Amino acid sequence: MSDKKAEAEQPLIDAKGLRTDGRKLDELRPIHLEVGYLSRADGSAYIEHGKNKIVAAVYGPRELHPRHLAQSDRALLRVTYRMATFSVSDRKRPAPSRREHEISMVLRQALEPLLFLKMYPRAAIDVFIMVLEADGGSRCASATVASLALADAGIPMRGLVAGCAAGKIDGKIAVDLNDIEDKIGEADIPLAMSPDRGEITLLQMDGKLTAAEFAQALSMAENGIHRIQEMQKTVLLEKYAQIRETIGDEPDVSPEDEVFEEEPAKEPAEEPEKPKKRAKRIKTEAKETKPKPTKKSTRSKTMEAQAKK
Amino acid sequence: MDIVTEIEREQILALLREGKRIDGRGFDDVRPIKIKLGHITKAEGSAEVWLGKSRVLAGVKIQVGKPFPDTPNEGVVITSSELFPIASPTFELGPPDEQSIELSRVVDRGIRHSSAINRTELCIKEGEHVYMVLLDLYILADHGNLIDAASIAGVCALKDTKLPKINIPESGEAELLEDTTPLKMGPPPLTLTFAKIGSSIIIDPNLAEEKVMDARLSIAIDGDDSIASMQKWGTSPFTRQEVIDCVERANKIVKKIRTQLP
Repeated sequence: MSDKKAEAEQPLIDAKGLRTDGRKLDELRPIHLEVGYLSRADGSAYIEHGKNKIVAAVYGPRELHPRHLAQSDRALLRVTYRMATFSVSDRKRPAPSRREHEISMVLRQALEPLLFLKMYPRAAIDVFIMVLEADGGSRCASATVASLALADAGIPMRGLVAGCAAGKIDGKIAVDLNDIEDKIGEADIPLAMSPDRGEITLLQMDGKLTAAEFAQALSMAENGIHRIQEMQKTVLLEKYAQIRETIGDEPDVSPEDEVFEEEPAKEPAEEPEKPKKRAKRIKTEAKETKPKPTKKSTRSKTMEAQAKK
Repeated sequence: MDIVTEIEREQILALLREGKRIDGRGFDDVRPIKIKLGHITKAEGSAEVWLGKSRVLAGVKIQVGKPFPDTPNEGVVITSSELFPIASPTFELGPPDEQSIELSRVVDRGIRHSSAINRTELCIKEGEHVYMVLLDLYILADHGNLIDAASIAGVCALKDTKLPKINIPESGEAELLEDTTPLKMGPPPLTLTFAKIGSSIIIDPNLAEEKVMDARLSIAIDGDDSIASMQKWGTSPFTRQEVIDCVERANKIVKKIRTQLP
């Protein structure tokens, strides 16, 4: 639909150093997050990351079909990434493409280290991700939204995963590439991390970069991921604050002091990590870090958008 | 398939005998409809529709293609749908099952056999180039009666559709341009679904009613009040009179729904 020749000649960075959508090199696109977006899933979330619109649904832990896939010592995590036919400029064919299969796989591997699959032998945890509109960096935004949906389903996790890309456009390193930067820029590195744990769980790259440029891009993406992680924590905390308000007069159990103290007894002995304690630590940290001013306006924009609702 | 408890089934049947429904509606009441147009900017038209809590996202993509050999001067309108598992814990991945295919085909027939879109106006050059209007329906939440929810979402997305102008070079492929005109559309067809439970016939069954229904009758009423398509589902029969009554009821109810459309 769009004129590819004109696109290739278009500069990605203008004279003032701003990108096609008016951002600076280290600026994220506006991000809006929602949890509990779908009424029939066990857990669900929605993300608008730039023009990306992605919804994730989680079911489980639940009975696994077909049964021959069951693993006797752990749950099976299944992740499916799909794009709506109208999510891209030229209609996507309805059948899953090779690209969608590959992204499903890397997303599964990005999320799996965060889960305590050994707590649910023979069961399945299913994550379904549907891209309603794609705008560059959809696999990163998918990691962000899938991780929120898992948390919304109440599945214990070692931490949250967030995703953000960085790359090279017009010779400069920039964070969070949009559609056109992704298509005609020199390089793109999709990255997903659990920043609390300092673990990279998704890393791909295509294009051409020197080692120094790669290192710079990696730290820019990591910085973006830290900012996105704060938004994830805020939106999760907000949901539970709302629930507490709705419950009203009932004796209130604060998640910090009660719930997480009770549960470790139920943990299976062979579990190497202590999930509940970690969950608690993350919650507390989120509170402490909440007022921390972020460098960019992205977060406040999101918060404004939420306030309007 | 969703399961229904025996006690819920008893309750639904007992209420119907008194002329009541489990969610408090009358037999001819359709659940509240909410419509959000144009949410998906990469689609040429889109609509997200809630029918009660059932929720469908419809999007339209426009392509230029060759017409079918038997209708060389007509554009093509194709509707398809998918039951991706985000909409219900009972939906599974894999090739479309009976339910998914029936939904696609019933909604497709309602729109295909309607006169709302004049297909000859979608012809660019007879026998060579026509507009192809591809309407895809994604179910976001199944709370019953997806057929009607999808039908409303489909016609709203068509109504939202901007038809790109095209450029056909002497050689090479046709190209869609940025410049658009609204897709011309007359009063839209709407599909209305009745559920037969015991001897009661109700409109717009919710999930619980759908689970206990014995039969279902979907009727697409076109913009000119004629019937565009029908589909009976289920092993229980309808009498001739019941079908005639349903058509009459559908004709009344469809007028109320039309006032709520954009």
